[in-house]
Amino acid sequence: MTALDDLLESCWAAAPCRPWPRLSVTAEQWRTAANELAAGRWTLVSLWAEPQIVHMSILEDSSNRIAILSLQSSHKDFPSIGRSHTPALRLERTIQDLVGLAAQDLPDTRPWLDHGRWKLHHPLATKPSQTHGARPYHFLPVEGPDLHQIPVGPVHAGIIEPGHFRFTASGETVVRLEERLGYVHRGVESLMIGSTIEHAARLAGRASGDSTVAYALAFARAVEAATEIEVPSRVHYVRAIMAEIERIANHVGDIGAICNDAAFALMLAHLGALRERVLRASMNVFGHRLMMDVIVPGGLVRDITSDGIHELLNMLNLIEASFPKLVELYDNTTSLQDRTATAGIVSPELARLFGAGGFVGRASERNFDARKSLGYSPYDMLTFDVPIRKEGDVNARVWIRIREVEQSILLIKLLLDTLPEGPVETVPHRVEAPCEGISIVEGFRGDIFIWLRIDAKGNIDRCHLRDPSWFQWPLLEAAIEGNIVADFPLCNKSFNCSYAGQDL
Amino acid sequence: MRKTLLASLIQGPLTEAAPRPDEKALEEVSEGLRRAARRSLGRSLAIREVDTGSCNACELEIHALSNPFYDIERFGLRFVASPRHADVLLVTGPVTSNMREALERTYRATPEPKWVVAVGNCACTGGLFTSSYACVGPVSAVLPVDVTVPGCPPPPIEILRALLALLVGMENDTPQNV
Ligand code: SF4
Repeated sequence: MTALDDLLESCWAAAPCRPWPRLSVTAEQWRTAANELAAGRWTLVSLWAEPQIVHMSILEDSSNRIAILSLQSSHKDFPSIGRSHTPALRLERTIQDLVGLAAQDLPDTRPWLDHGRWKLHHPLATKPSQTHGARPYHFLPVEGPDLHQIPVGPVHAGIIEPGHFRFTASGETVVRLEERLGYVHRGVESLMIGSTIEHAARLAGRASGDSTVAYALAFARAVEAATEIEVPSRVHYVRAIMAEIERIANHVGDIGAICNDAAFALMLAHLGALRERVLRASMNVFGHRLMMDVIVPGGLVRDITSDGIHELLNMLNLIEASFPKLVELYDNTTSLQDRTATAGIVSPELARLFGAGGFVGRASERNFDARKSLGYSPYDMLTFDVPIRKEGDVNARVWIRIREVEQSILLIKLLLDTLPEGPVETVPHRVEAPCEGISIVEGFRGDIFIWLRIDAKGNIDRCHLRDPSWFQWPLLEAAIEGNIVADFPLCNKSFNCSYAGQDL
Repeated sequence: MRKTLLASLIQGPLTEAAPRPDEKALEEVSEGLRRAARRSLGRSLAIREVDTGSCNACELEIHALSNPFYDIERFGLRFVASPRHADVLLVTGPVTSNMREALERTYRATPEPKWVVAVGNCACTGGLFTSSYACVGPVSAVLPVDVTVPGCPPPPIEILRALLALLVGMENDTPQNV
C-alpha cells in the first residue's frame, strides 16, 4: 500500500474532479506528501493556490497515477514543500507573488514573477492591494577570488524571449548561473477568471506560442474531462496529428538552431527550410501556420479534407527524403560533435528529482512521456517508441529530438492511415453545477498540466496552467556549471525552455 | 556532407520572388520619413527585435524571415544584436509592466533616425491582454510607432511587406531642401 493509496482511502474528495481526484488533506498529510516527493516516490507536477487554499498535483511514479492535494490555509500561510523539495521553490515564490500566501520557513522568499511594477499587488488574492513599486532584487551571493559577473538580458542579442541571466565566471568557466524570469508575465490565469470557456481557450493557446497546439489540446481535454464530454474518435486523431506536426516543426527548427549556435549554419539553412515546409502544409490544411485556435473544447473548428491528407503525406515524404541526410551530416561532422558531446550535462538524478519533462528528462534517463505513461487517446491505441538516453548532454538532447521526429512521422502516417470517419465539430457542453477537470498532454517540450474549475454558469472559475519549463529552467542553471561562457547559447538552445509559458 | 553540399548546389534556390510592399504600411511610413535617413542609411536597415511580452509565436515568424524562402538579407534587411547598431526596433507583445523599462531603455539606446515597427496583434492593440494588471498595453502606449503589422502571429510575408514598405517609403521621401 502506497502513501497515495492511504490518502485515497482516508481523504474525502474536495470536489468532483476528473479524470483524477482532488483530495482535501490536512497539514500533516501535506507534510507527508513533501516527504514522498523528497524521497523520490512522487514527482511534483505543480503547486498553485487560490485565496484560501493551496493545491499540489503529484504523480506517483510507480503507478503513473495523478492526484491533486488541497490544503485549506486559514492563516495566510502553509507548510513549505520547497524546504525539503527544491523543485517547489519557484512555485512557492510565485504563490506568494500572485495570491499572497506564504510558505512557512521558505528558504528563499524573494519575489519571483512580481518585479514590483504591476498595477496590483497579489493580483489573485481576494482583495489585491496597491503595488509598492520596484525594489532591488538581490542575486545570490557568490564569493571567491578571481570571480567576475556577467549580466545578460532581459533584452538579448538574438531574437529570443526576455529573461535575465547572471553569470558568475572564473576566467571563461561559469561558476554559477542565476536566472531571473517574470518579464513576460501577462497575467494569463487572472484573465481567465470569469471568462467564457471559448475565450479562455484562446488565452491558453497563447500561453507559449510554440506549443499552441499542445496548450489548446490540454485545455480542451481539461474542459471535456470536467464536463464529461465524449468527443468523436476522429477528433482525437486529428488533434494528435496536429500535435505531432507541432513536435516535428519545433524539433526540426531547434536542431537547426542548436547547430547554428555551434557555428554550423548549413544545418540551420536546411532545417529552417524544412520547418517552413511543415508550416506551409499546416497553413494549407488547417488555415494557420502554427495551427492556432483550431482545437477548441468539444471538438475542432476545422477538419482534414482528402486534399489535406495528400498535402500532409507529401510534406512527410519530403521530410523523410531529406531529414536522414541531415542527421547523417550532424553525426559525421566532428567539429559539431566536438561542441555538443559532453556539453551542458544534466545528471539522471537531477532530472528525476525535478521531474524534468520532454527531451530534457529523456536525454537524462527519465522515462516519462505523457503520451505513453498516461496513455490518453489516441496514443493509448498506438505503438511507438519513446527514445531514452543517459548522457544528458547537448548531444543527447539533439538525438532524442531526432528520434522523436522519426517517431512523429510514423505516428502521423499511422493516424492518417486509420483516420476514422465522423464529425469533428464542437459538441456543446452543458454545465449545471461547478465541476473540475485535469489534463496532462505531451507538448514538444514536455508535459503540460492544466487544472480548471468551471462555475455553475459554465464560465471559467479558476484555471491553472503549468509549463514543463518550470522544472527545466533550474536544470539549465545546473547544466551550465563548469562549462565555458561561450557554450551557454548552445546549452540554452538545446533546452529551449519557454519564458512565456513559465512567466504566464 | 559533400553530398548535401552538392545537392544544394544543383537544386536551385528555394528563395521566392519579393512580395509587393504593403499599401497600408506604405502610407503609414511615408509620412514620417526624412531625407536624412535615406542619405545616411542607403537601401538597408538594421533591425533589433524586442520581445516585450509576446507568446513567442511572433518571434517564430520573425525567425522564419531568415530562412531560405524569405531570405530577408537580400533586401538589405538584417537583424543586429544591439540596439546601438539598429535603425528599426521590431517590437512584439503587449508591453508587460515588467518589460516597459527595458523597452524604453532599448529605444533610448537606438541612435536617430529610428523607426518602430509593432508586430502582431498584441503589439498593435494589446491583443487579448489589454485589460491585464500586468500589461501596459500596445507598443504605442510606450513609444511612437511608425508601422503596425497585425496578425496573430502575422505570417512572415506580411512582416516582410511592412519592412519593405519602410524601405521604399524612405526612398520615395522627397528631399525638402539641400
Ligand atoms: S500577436 Fe498573437 S502570436 Fe503574437 S505575441 Fe500576441 S498572442 Fe502571440
